[in-house]
Amino acid sequence: MAARRGPRRPAVTAYIIRRVVGAVFLLFAVTAITFAIFFLVPRLAGETSTQLAAQYVGRDPSPEALAAVEKNLGFDLPLYQQYWQFVQGIFAGRTFQYGPDPSYCQAPCFGYSFKTHLPVWPEIAERIPVTLSLAAGAAVIWVVVGVAIGVLSALKRGSLFDRLSMGVALAGVSLPIFFTALISLALFSYKWPIFENLRYVPLTEDPVLWAKNLVLPWVTLAFLYSALYARLTRAGMLETMGEDYIRTARAKGLTERRVVVRHGLRAALTPLVTIFGLDLGLLLGGAVLTETAFSLPGVGQYAVQAITDNDLPKIMAVTTLGGFFIVVANLIVDVLYVALDPRVRYS
Amino acid sequence: MRRKSHKRQPPVASVNSTETRSRPEPASFLDVRELRIHFDTDDGLLRAVDGVSFELEQGRTLGIVGESGSGKTVTSLGIMGLHRSRRARISGEIWLDGEELLSAAPERIRQLRGQKMAMVFQDPMSALHPFYTVGAQITEAYQAHHPKTDRRTARDRAVEMLNRVGIPRADQRVDDYPHQFSGGMRQRALIAMALINDPSLLIADEPTTALDVTVQAQILDLIRDLQQEFGSAVILITHDLGVVAELAHDILVMYAGKCVEKGPATKLFTAPEHPYTWGLLGSMPRVDRAPQERLLSIPGNPPSLIRLPQGCAFHPRCPFADRNGEKSFTEVPELTGASDPGHQVACHLPPEERRRIFAHDVAPRL
Repeated sequence: MAARRGPRRPAVTAYIIRRVVGAVFLLFAVTAITFAIFFLVPRLAGETSTQLAAQYVGRDPSPEALAAVEKNLGFDLPLYQQYWQFVQGIFAGRTFQYGPDPSYCQAPCFGYSFKTHLPVWPEIAERIPVTLSLAAGAAVIWVVVGVAIGVLSALKRGSLFDRLSMGVALAGVSLPIFFTALISLALFSYKWPIFENLRYVPLTEDPVLWAKNLVLPWVTLAFLYSALYARLTRAGMLETMGEDYIRTARAKGLTERRVVVRHGLRAALTPLVTIFGLDLGLLLGGAVLTETAFSLPGVGQYAVQAITDNDLPKIMAVTTLGGFFIVVANLIVDVLYVALDPRVRYS
Repeated sequence: MRRKSHKRQPPVASVNSTETRSRPEPASFLDVRELRIHFDTDDGLLRAVDGVSFELEQGRTLGIVGESGSGKTVTSLGIMGLHRSRRARISGEIWLDGEELLSAAPERIRQLRGQKMAMVFQDPMSALHPFYTVGAQITEAYQAHHPKTDRRTARDRAVEMLNRVGIPRADQRVDDYPHQFSGGMRQRALIAMALINDPSLLIADEPTTALDVTVQAQILDLIRDLQQEFGSAVILITHDLGVVAELAHDILVMYAGKCVEKGPATKLFTAPEHPYTWGLLGSMPRVDRAPQERLLSIPGNPPSLIRLPQGCAFHPRCPFADRNGEKSFTEVPELTGASDPGHQVACHLPPEERRRIFAHDVAPRL
């Protein structure tokens, strides 16, 4: 019999290294695909690099000016070189010959806006805290509320509470955010002005006002996700509580609370961690609807603006950032799983 | 937890039930009287256990035998108070060491579970929690009933028990997770968990079914050794007569939720009187028989517990059902004394007829 005891550390380290390497590759794939969508596809559709350059120049540009911009921004180069410059810009920054003087765009560099000619990254960096505030606050609410309701529903399956909460949850899953957002605004901002003059105030500036102005967006966003998580938790709990090991736990004479929390919930919630990681990563890339409905200057709102303006560098930046958050969230979940599920440590 | 006791309900089709019910003090360590466990299902009332009675003393082993769905497991879960479905209707009496369990408070049952009565389940693969170490799960069983012990003591006790059930290098393996254990080792761990509080009643529900044949024998030996060591009462549930032959002092044969025959193991193996028991004995493969000889098997399948056949529930599968007129088709047979004391059988065949059929038709083919 081979000596197998305690977590085998090398296996764990190898697992984590594999995941990190995988995540890095995934990030490259994300940038490559994003780049291809925005630069290769238009070219395949017949757009020339001159037309691309035209977006950086004012109306009715002279052919010389166009050619200069095209050359300075590197649009005349082969695509793989452009992609390389794009990646280089993100990691090391790059120098643009845009305008009469060369300008250095610091890493992470996503280029300049077509419209404002300002570097994209500082604008986004300014908006990340907004999206982060929204997502993190809502996540706390929905995890607590969703899991609590899900567990209670599962334990009191078929009761009035179960049916009522699952009915509300169904509504929560079905109602679109822009609907619930507008309703909550109409009720709590206009009819009963509890949360008036909603605007984003940085946490560092005024924590109380920050929280107060975010309550409605948090609750609105959390409503949708709470509903989702309540249903997932309920299903997970129902499944887990029917497992043989729960019967073993009861046969040991454990108190019902211990059976539910330590044996049932622990097993039911572990798969939820995966979903939570993905959801949070997705939201950090921009909670488009919520931010738009509540006029929060977050990444999502920025993305909408970028698409409306057809501002390619901005769209590229937002897409890359969204991909980055999801990949990183996934990586964290994978690593967390080592701690949560001992079976992962050995496979 | 819902444990409903319907003691005031009139007993269904049982003549001697009033007599057993009036008995004031239970004589035996475990005394199960007229246990009925019915479930309300969408298709109707499912009579999983329908009036089963038996007694068991400490230091003795009772084997409960029957096909799947005959009510063996439901009976044992009933004793452990583990039927939690709102649809379960439980009635009768279960006396454990002078204490009636069906009318006891759920908290009291919880205290008894794992302490005075413990259970080992059929599938060791799924009976352990995948996220906790084997040691943590065994320790938990100890601490549930010894809240004041510190972790160190409880852990030492777990190692001691793992040692006792034959886990090699128990002091190291105690920190393993269940998936690092083989099936046989998991079952040993579960036995260690069940025995850690020195229970006076151990219920083993098909403890060897999910295991390799070589491991089966080891586990059975272990259970026998432990019983001799601890002197507990053991209920061994199985569909395999070979298993009870090794361990049981008494045997109870269940069919469709009822006890069809019970008695000392020696009697049931040498002079069984119920055609169903004959069938069970006949379907045991034996090495000392010619390979081309076919096993005596019981034709057909166990009946639906919602729509039981009229009369004797076994009659559709019984080759002798038509030997005594219409009785087997219309009347439910009572469990009555057979030829030997302590041996009871529920069959309409006249006793001498049963013995004749067994001696002439059945025994030669076993």
